[in-house]
Amino acid sequence: MRIKPEEVDYIAALSRLVLSEQEKNIYARHLSEILEHAERLSELDTDDVEPTAHVLSLKNIFRDDEVKPSLERDILLSNAPEVENGCFKVPRIVE
Amino acid sequence: MEVQTLIGLEVHAELATKSKMFCSCSTEFGAEPNTHCCPICTGMPGVLPMPNKKAIEYAVKAGLALNCDISEFSKMDRKNYYYPDLPKAYQISQYDLPLCVGGYVDIETEEGPKRIRIRRVHMEEDAGKLLHEGWGNNSLVDYNRAGVPLIEIVTEPDMNSPAEAGAFLDKLKAILQYIEVSDCKMEEGSLRCDVNINARASDKSMATAITEMKNLNSFKAAVKAMEYEEKRHREALLEGDPTVHETRRWDDARGVTVAMRGKEEAHDYRYFPEPDLVPIALDKSYIESIKESLPELPDQRYQRFISQYGLPQYDAEILTSSKYLADYFEQCMTIYDNAKTVSNWLMGDVLRALNENGKDPSDIPFPPAYLVDLIKYVDDGTISISIAKKVFDEMFANGTDPGAIIKEQGLVQISDEGELLEIIRQVIQENAPSVADYKAGKKKALGYLVGQAMKLTKGKANPQLLNKLLERELN
Repeated sequence: MRIKPEEVDYIAALSRLVLSEQEKNIYARHLSEILEHAERLSELDTDDVEPTAHVLSLKNIFRDDEVKPSLERDILLSNAPEVENGCFKVPRIVE
Repeated sequence: MEVQTLIGLEVHAELATKSKMFCSCSTEFGAEPNTHCCPICTGMPGVLPMPNKKAIEYAVKAGLALNCDISEFSKMDRKNYYYPDLPKAYQISQYDLPLCVGGYVDIETEEGPKRIRIRRVHMEEDAGKLLHEGWGNNSLVDYNRAGVPLIEIVTEPDMNSPAEAGAFLDKLKAILQYIEVSDCKMEEGSLRCDVNINARASDKSMATAITEMKNLNSFKAAVKAMEYEEKRHREALLEGDPTVHETRRWDDARGVTVAMRGKEEAHDYRYFPEPDLVPIALDKSYIESIKESLPELPDQRYQRFISQYGLPQYDAEILTSSKYLADYFEQCMTIYDNAKTVSNWLMGDVLRALNENGKDPSDIPFPPAYLVDLIKYVDDGTISISIAKKVFDEMFANGTDPGAIIKEQGLVQISDEGELLEIIRQVIQENAPSVADYKAGKKKALGYLVGQAMKLTKGKANPQLLNKLLERELN
């Protein structure tokens, strides 16, 4: 397998996920299979192919610099687990 | 062993657009928390960001003013990390194809001019603001700033002292102000700087591990933090103490840097191309038209101030270091012709008063015409230079017109011989011992007598005339 359970641990930590031992083994297998599948692309000769920046052939989609009304604050905060002084309240971030 | 300090900077400047980078929320500073937010800038599922054309234009403008090459093909990327100031858990930034690459800024150092290379200038969106203090085990989050367009300017480690880094920051701020892409208000967080610093043996045989310092919110704090770190790194190198690559926080109150804990894993940002945004392809004519729209930059204006107004290099340097100050000077020069006198007032009393009040040249509380009026009142003898300083303080405090202050407070200089003689006679009568001292050859006594006469006239006596008459009366 390309991905070891320890690497799953690391990726899970970056994504703030807590996984059981069993889940780690399952995801190690899944992620390995995905990498192996994607690896088939390296069989192609891509020397003369520009790296793809986007799957669509569009470019330069812009908007003008105009202010439009924002969301009502009550609506914005309605999904917040905790609110204080018009702000989202989160566990203290210690630096 | 000869030791070299190496400093590289990353400067974030908020662009002065009206709306955010990817949505139409206002960027105005100082609104009630979370009132400039929408589903796009708070990262709701299913929304589509759309880039602000003006922000791209400003970033290109900045790149050109910093002598960069503008990429004809550029794209946005996702920088992934978890932090509550980032509602999407990723920041839209640029990774391998930044908008601008390879520029430079020239600075003045003690050893003469020096070129600081710019590695890249890229676009990204700002994060929200966290309020840590006063909420116990919680922090509060205000997302008004989330999504405000930023440029990040990254230098090569070309600065060899905190003073050089300070000179670079001043110059960079001046350039951004001149081209009007950012208001550069550090107190509002629209200009922030990260520092990378280490020390190296001049023969490159050994070096200390780089320290990163993030979000220094004033140039003064940045320079102080660099001075502290420079000393720490040099000592570590000379003593052979081991160092680690770490992020340190500047504690302004204690004047020290402190290592921050547990940030190692946060550096795995897993950048990938932003699937919600298509690439940016700028054609040459667009880039050329922005280049042509660039105004006069600080270096050019500095040269012009010397040649056009005959100012000394030092004056030209100070005046052109701020667009507002240089503009103010030139507005004065449209109605008055003695450049050096205007420059002396601006570099002296005006900058002193601004510094004392923690203000910027954009905050001068009266128009250029008032300063010129004040100078003219001194020129034509209406008031003495010492009274002019008092009038200036009043103008600075209340923004009042100098003519009104002089009239209201009766500050017109006394240049009438008869009136002055009367006062002089009174002084001579009341200060017999000093008069005797003067006659006995103590020339210093004259100064005292002048002072007494000034006191009686509340400083309004014409000083040259007073001196002349007093000497005549005493002899």
